[in-house]
Amino acid sequence: MVTSRKGAGGKTAAKKKAGAAGPDLVQLLTPEGDLVEHPDYSIDLTPEEYRGLYRDMVLVRRIDAEGTALQRQGQLGLWAPLLGQEAAQVGSGRAQTAEDFAFPTYREHGVAWCRDVDPVNLLGMFRGVNNGGWDPNEKNFALYTIVIGSQTLHATGYAMGMQRDGREAAVIAYFGDGASSQGDVNEAFVFASVNNAPVVFFCQNNQWAISEPNERQFRVPLYQRAAGFGFPGVRVDGNDVLACLAVTKAALERARTGNGPMLVEAFTYRMGAHTTSDDPTRYRDSDELEEWKAKDPILRMRAFLEKNKYADEAFFKDVDTEADTVAADIRERCVSMPDPKPISIFDHVYAEPHPLMDEERAEYGAYWESFEGAH
Amino acid sequence: MSDSTSKTQQISLGKGLNLGLRRALEDDPKVLLMGEDIGKLGGVFRVTDGLQKDFGDSRVIDTPLAESGIVGTAVGLALSGYRPVVEIQFDGFVYPAFDQIVTQVAKMRARALGKVSMPIVIRIPFGGGIGAVEHHSESPEAYFAMTAGLRVVAASNPVDAYWMIQQAIASDDPVVFFEPKRRYWDKAELDPTATPYPLYASRVVREGTDATLVAYGPMVKTCLEAAAAAAEEGRSLEVIDLRTLSPLDLEPVYASVRKTGRLITVHEASVFMGMGAEVAAKVTEKCFYSLEAPVLRVGAPHTPYPPSRVEEEFLPDLDRVLDAVDRAFAY
Repeated sequence: MVTSRKGAGGKTAAKKKAGAAGPDLVQLLTPEGDLVEHPDYSIDLTPEEYRGLYRDMVLVRRIDAEGTALQRQGQLGLWAPLLGQEAAQVGSGRAQTAEDFAFPTYREHGVAWCRDVDPVNLLGMFRGVNNGGWDPNEKNFALYTIVIGSQTLHATGYAMGMQRDGREAAVIAYFGDGASSQGDVNEAFVFASVNNAPVVFFCQNNQWAISEPNERQFRVPLYQRAAGFGFPGVRVDGNDVLACLAVTKAALERARTGNGPMLVEAFTYRMGAHTTSDDPTRYRDSDELEEWKAKDPILRMRAFLEKNKYADEAFFKDVDTEADTVAADIRERCVSMPDPKPISIFDHVYAEPHPLMDEERAEYGAYWESFEGAH
Repeated sequence: MSDSTSKTQQISLGKGLNLGLRRALEDDPKVLLMGEDIGKLGGVFRVTDGLQKDFGDSRVIDTPLAESGIVGTAVGLALSGYRPVVEIQFDGFVYPAFDQIVTQVAKMRARALGKVSMPIVIRIPFGGGIGAVEHHSESPEAYFAMTAGLRVVAASNPVDAYWMIQQAIASDDPVVFFEPKRRYWDKAELDPTATPYPLYASRVVREGTDATLVAYGPMVKTCLEAAAAAAEEGRSLEVIDLRTLSPLDLEPVYASVRKTGRLITVHEASVFMGMGAEVAAKVTEKCFYSLEAPVLRVGAPHTPYPPSRVEEEFLPDLDRVLDAVDRAFAY
């Protein structure tokens, strides 16, 4: 594995215009849908596999759109949209084996899809019926972490456990460009490095930490930071699902075979809001959005499939129909998600009986029960 | 059973922890120790002395100097099936890890609706009295006791130290384990074949009839000394070692107050918002008609821990405790 650092000297690179393919950006599929070669990474999939990646991205975009719609209709208190980041999530998601373990932020709906996590599970926290709710060990997909960067340490610790058990698997830790400012992310890099832990740090640099642009987070390109911690870093076109897949696959394989951590910076763009609570028109101009729309991960994959005659109109129609079906199913199951019983707040706080918990459960329970029609 | 556990021996509190950790490492291959300087050095207080030599550096792990990293990676290790025991070198250094402890360790189980456990022990040497510099003498226990999802205990003597650390490691809940650093060198007789006292239970350590002193950690010894001095003056004080701060085990305290009618809580932490306030409120609620005087609290003023040249004046001592007893009798 070679980390290309050609032409990425501090000031120039920091000011470099977003998304330009260059020597410091691994790209295998151009925005026009043409395959390009890279000296270190390559991709060779069957037409069916290429179609599969397209399908994943379309479905994930639809699931995400459904989340936003449900929030707008008052069914969710909040939603963190991933619009624009489908390639980064599907590419890195499909690079994982069933034995690998992913530690997400709260925006990894596409990774969850690739890990076969029921999309409705993701809605519980945003609807306010739980704070997570799924079993991390069922699909090797940890719970969403809201405190920025915390999960990178959990991922590193989990990787240290895998390493001790001699498991042939790796961990992938997701975080954003904003999280790179956090101490925990830097501590995770240190712990991973000195322990040679099998963990891939996958940063989706979507250019904005709520309203703070990259320029307010760092002065040196993110992927270059890895060198200071003693492991390779690479920047990949985050809107190119093939490059994200190839690079993440290589990084995970590298970790799995005892070669330690690696940082992958997926250079992408959040086309919507940070969450449904903010208004991006207040902090960024529309030119930027238009520039990135031209790099849309789904459109370029579609162009590729069409140019190579890997898919026909019927396929694209089928995928759209499937997306509508998935969305309708999610909607139905979301709105029928019941509120938790108030008494349930006392459940699962401790593994073993805890007298204060028991006492308060009894007291609150009796109080709530004293009202007519109580749960 | 190894030699270390086969016969009664005189041990210090630090040694009790060391022997307890050794037994936990022997009994369960999933137990790991992590912390700064705990390997070759054996910890700055030598609590982990010799353990890396005998169990290897993959089970007794010297970590980078990063407290959040120590606790955060312990979360991941726990998720992967290990039982990490982490050492925070000094009380005042736990704050960089505070976020991981209260937002992750404490809540992970509830967040996962019980699907995962966090069997992590966070060892913290706490309290003053050793002439240390700033940040080395603090009593942060109330911060943790206030957080649901954590269990908090404090050992006060060598025998408890030996058993409690093993019980904490065996617990499937996260335990913040406070060690009274100025008592590390106190000695007592340990019988490793004895049946241990339960972990989450307070204990009457001296019986009395006139007033009750409630303490934990380093102040238990101070209260026992105060009770001995009071006995010479004809007052019989009962002393209770709380041992567990979350859950609080107050039944023995209620029973004692119903007998003595007077209660004084004693800790090194600030009186304001300290553990004593919770004890006082509960006892007032449960034993109102048994009280001959208001519950009095002895502790530190609401100031940062002072420079060590004045810590003797800052920390509760025998005289401060006896003064409170006098005030309780003046009602």
